[in-house]
Amino acid sequence: MDLKLETRDENGRTIVKVGGEIDVYTAPKLREQLVELVGAGKYHLIVDMEDVDFLDSTGLGVLVGGLKRVRAHDGSLRLVCTQERILKIFRITGLTKVFPISDSVEQAVTAVD
Amino acid sequence: MDAQSSAVGTVAKTESATAVLLRFTPQPEHVRTARLVAVAHARRVGVEAGLLDEVRLAVGEACSRAVGLHQRHCPGEPVVVVLDAIDESGSGLVADRFVVTVADKVSGAVPAPRAGVGAGVAEGAEDEAAAEGEPAAQAEIAEDDDEDLDDAEMGLAVLTGLVDDLDITSGPDGGSVRMGWPVKDF
Repeated sequence: MDLKLETRDENGRTIVKVGGEIDVYTAPKLREQLVELVGAGKYHLIVDMEDVDFLDSTGLGVLVGGLKRVRAHDGSLRLVCTQERILKIFRITGLTKVFPISDSVEQAVTAVD
Repeated sequence: MDAQSSAVGTVAKTESATAVLLRFTPQPEHVRTARLVAVAHARRVGVEAGLLDEVRLAVGEACSRAVGLHQRHCPGEPVVVVLDAIDESGSGLVADRFVVTVADKVSGAVPAPRAGVGAGVAEGAEDEAAAEGEPAAQAEIAEDDDEDLDDAEMGLAVLTGLVDDLDITSGPDGGSVRMGWPVKDF
């Protein structure tokens, strides 16, 4: 299954809508997208994971890499996720303490980081 | 006996008609295939539906780890996965455990998972900010190395946090990740 990526700007944030499976094969595509956005000066990112069917540690690593990149520019990276099976992976690795996670894009766009 | 021989030997020892053996070149695209096969076989032998997501993620993590190890150390060697339903309790009646073993050919590859991966992430972000003055190429290489390490550590953190019945071993000829889940009563 291919990884689907769509980006749009809203309220000073860049929303990256991700669909499909994020794993060791597809994660590099997400990494490229995040690197490209930061390179273009987009430092406040929202990664919408509501259409993600599968996430593994490689995907987590890419999100962590994205967080490091935006933080280096005093930016932010917020996740949108309500799927229990995905949230469980963030809890197992302790990353719920690192990533702010919103229930909806609307909530994420108005959140203060 | 090397790791792959051990894995193949597992099949022989169980003498089970339900065993499935996968051998694949260490390419990331094959990990999804292994996940799909694992879930299909788990479902067929009677692992309850609520555990199938766990099987999918755990087998994917173990295979991703093996692929990463092989790509760095022995890209010509295949990764071996053995999936089987076994009679672990020795009842002699029915299989009561679904066991997956992912074998690699890399020796001494069992790093200790760092406690609190999340804490390490916060430190890493500060390190990267401090390294901004470095030449771009050098900084990029260091960053890639960090991400590889993060991936390996996080893969182990996910496996250990996810699977109760987990045994990660390493010997001079390779290592293996063995995972087990209960098979529901028929």
